[in-house]
Amino acid sequence: MEITELKTSCYHCGLNCEEEIIHFDNKVFCCNGCKVVYSIVAENNLCEYYTISNNPGVSQRVHQTSTKFSVLNSPEVKQKLICFTDREQTHVVFSLPQIHCSSCIWLLENLHKINDGIISSRVDFTAKKIYIIYKEKELTLEQLAFLCNNIGYEPHINLNDITDTKIQKIDKGLILKLGIAGFCFANSMMLSFPEYFSNGSIELPLLKNVFNALNFTLGTLAFIYPASEFHLSACKSLKKKIINIDAPIVLALIITYTRSLYEILSGSGVGYMDALTGIIFFMLTGRYLQMYTHKRLSFERDYKSYFPIAVTVKRATAEENIPVLNLKPGDRMIIRNNELIPADAILFYGDANIDYSFVTGEAALVKKSIGELVYAGGKQYGAAIELEVIKEVSNSDLTQLWNKEVFKNNQDKKLSFIHGLSKYFSIVLLTLVGTVAIYWAFNDSTRILNSITAMLIIACPCSLLLSATFTNGSILRILRRNHFYLKNATVLESLAEVDTIVFDKTGTITHNGEMKISFEDHTLDEIQIQLVKSVASQSTHPVSKAIFNHYKGIKSLRVEHFNEIIGAGISGKVAGNHIKIGSETFVGATQPQNYESTSVFVSINNQIIGYYHLSNQYRKGLNYLITNLKNKNYHLALISGDNDAEQLRLENIFGKNVRLFFNQTPENKLDFIKSLQDEGKKVLMLGDGLNDAGALKQSNVGIAISDDINNFSPACDVILDGKYLVKLGDYIRFAKIGKNIIWGSFIISLIYNLVGLFFAVQGLLAPVIAAILMPSMSISIILFTTGFSFLFAKIFRL
Amino acid sequence: MSALILLLGVSFIVSVGFLIVCISAIKNGQYEDDYTPSVRILFEDKPMPKQPLQQQSDNSTNEHK
Repeated sequence: MEITELKTSCYHCGLNCEEEIIHFDNKVFCCNGCKVVYSIVAENNLCEYYTISNNPGVSQRVHQTSTKFSVLNSPEVKQKLICFTDREQTHVVFSLPQIHCSSCIWLLENLHKINDGIISSRVDFTAKKIYIIYKEKELTLEQLAFLCNNIGYEPHINLNDITDTKIQKIDKGLILKLGIAGFCFANSMMLSFPEYFSNGSIELPLLKNVFNALNFTLGTLAFIYPASEFHLSACKSLKKKIINIDAPIVLALIITYTRSLYEILSGSGVGYMDALTGIIFFMLTGRYLQMYTHKRLSFERDYKSYFPIAVTVKRATAEENIPVLNLKPGDRMIIRNNELIPADAILFYGDANIDYSFVTGEAALVKKSIGELVYAGGKQYGAAIELEVIKEVSNSDLTQLWNKEVFKNNQDKKLSFIHGLSKYFSIVLLTLVGTVAIYWAFNDSTRILNSITAMLIIACPCSLLLSATFTNGSILRILRRNHFYLKNATVLESLAEVDTIVFDKTGTITHNGEMKISFEDHTLDEIQIQLVKSVASQSTHPVSKAIFNHYKGIKSLRVEHFNEIIGAGISGKVAGNHIKIGSETFVGATQPQNYESTSVFVSINNQIIGYYHLSNQYRKGLNYLITNLKNKNYHLALISGDNDAEQLRLENIFGKNVRLFFNQTPENKLDFIKSLQDEGKKVLMLGDGLNDAGALKQSNVGIAISDDINNFSPACDVILDGKYLVKLGDYIRFAKIGKNIIWGSFIISLIYNLVGLFFAVQGLLAPVIAAILMPSMSISIILFTTGFSFLFAKIFRL
Repeated sequence: MSALILLLGVSFIVSVGFLIVCISAIKNGQYEDDYTPSVRILFEDKPMPKQPLQQQSDNSTNEHK
């Protein structure tokens, strides 16, 4: 019965059981949290959860039970989260970022076996969401959230969920249009075959009429519904007095359609319905590929995604949870350990140790005393505090950033170069058409209309659109495969034009939460290490965690009299020894010579044995990336909200001639980007947190670095997985190649156009020629663009 | 030749049928989540999956010995 191979890894989450090993039900668990989740799952006979994938659980080691779900009882919040309700059923959607494997899907879709109040649940894996239908009479929303939380899936509810919810979705209409266009194209092509093979003259009039009637219907359908995508876009841009590429395309579509209509109705021919439906289908396919973005990612986040939905407010009689948007100046709010302060406020009661890393990027805790102003965006660390609100959430110092100009215009910054190109294309074409018209006016005036319409049909700029959309589509796909997620295709062009790259420090070029740790002054023997690690294991402070993680594979012992003094240090008694870890005053040490603020002292039995030096851990390959970018003549700069403790190290990496800025506020960052742009630079900004949000938005290309792409990143143009930062240079180079591919395929399409024009100027464009030229041109473009994109991807090893 | 017209009509109706299926699938939201159903279809609905499974695996290991 013994399962030997599972001895060291947790049955629930699969992590190594380093610290404690809990035996329960013949299984091994790494922490109590995992055991509890297992017992719930086992109690409800849902152990199949553990057979679908190996160790599917979410680690519960750092999981804390929170009181924040109580806000789900407030009718206002409830109303915004619940999508549908009647007396019997209520439908609700929770976002569960922990969903990661098929076991998750299985367990979450069997929620009804755990609680009878749940009728059914459905998981959307890619969106990491769960749709639950439950009976509100038997189960409240709060209990439901707790239920998910208890099995290891904590619902993520933030302010964004309850304000305007505009979820970015792939347009359903576009897929519908694509389906109908495909239907029209295939049938119209099939119905036209007899026409091609019979050399344009079908003997039987009845058959000919049936073909024509069906072709007419299909062509009209395609022209009205699927092509409306182009009609609408052309109308919109014309209203703004801009000629985009859709305008000449729509002109060509209208001419093709009316001429075909005329030919069919007058009985003089069969028209170009097959070519028309074909080109509409191919153009829509290109547009679909280009628009396909990752569903899970959102590029439009602002502070609302980071802020909690509710906060506890102290009223005269009792404590009450209210939505943060209802906070008014004068309200007394209570902020507990690890909770975010949603509005600027004055500290009224308690020990405030605020972690502003969220806003400034600086990791150290800031101590505040009673009566001091505390800015929004900080996280309280330690016991609960009371604060008096002085500004509403939307007027706070941090959120002010979003009221700035940059965030107001949501327009795309620029039009793609193909729109300009299509203008020249159209001018050349129209001159040609004019010349041909004049020529025929003098020679054979009956052929004027015939030849000029034929020219407009065959030489429409759709080839240009196809080249661009298919190239962008495949480049986006390749970059996505490389964990470089772009918001849309226009970003590709901006990326290719970039000449200046600005880095943020914390979280961008350093690992978030990971610290390089070294013990100075002395060396610790194994017993001492064990003592220090045991004490450190008791605290959740980032420094304690870093010390704890530094010594892997050593067991910690029982700690007695553990005491943590926030902002100072921790102490405890292990195996009869008094251990103290903390600041120099806490431990009673004198400052060493090369002392830095991130040093932590250790004493055993009141004897100081040394100190830990903590420094940021830079991402792997950073040196390579910087030299790579410098070789390609990019201007570099670094702008950080953190202090200049690491200036020397950074100078070594970036070199002397790179400008490094420290202690910068979010607004400074934005202004710096702006000043670079005023010098005519095209700026790429790399950042990770809310403090970079302004700069990311202002820059030509804003890249948000994220260690877990499902996590939250501020509004940006690109989301990049932190592990792949080192390849940034290759990504930019690849984006540049895209433009060349578009040009190449444009030249190919010009050759097709010239062949078609050769027939068209003579007024001899038979439908069969159009029917051969148009699809073969489209297919050549598709093959050329995708082929070359993937070829270059291979060359660049992407 | 009238057979051809009949065939043409039939094939057209069939293709219209497929188009309707396609449209209803889009309207139903089948294109919104294209991953989860592929996992969901592999789940089995067993009344008591745990005990019989363990016994089976125990038996099989014994046989191997």
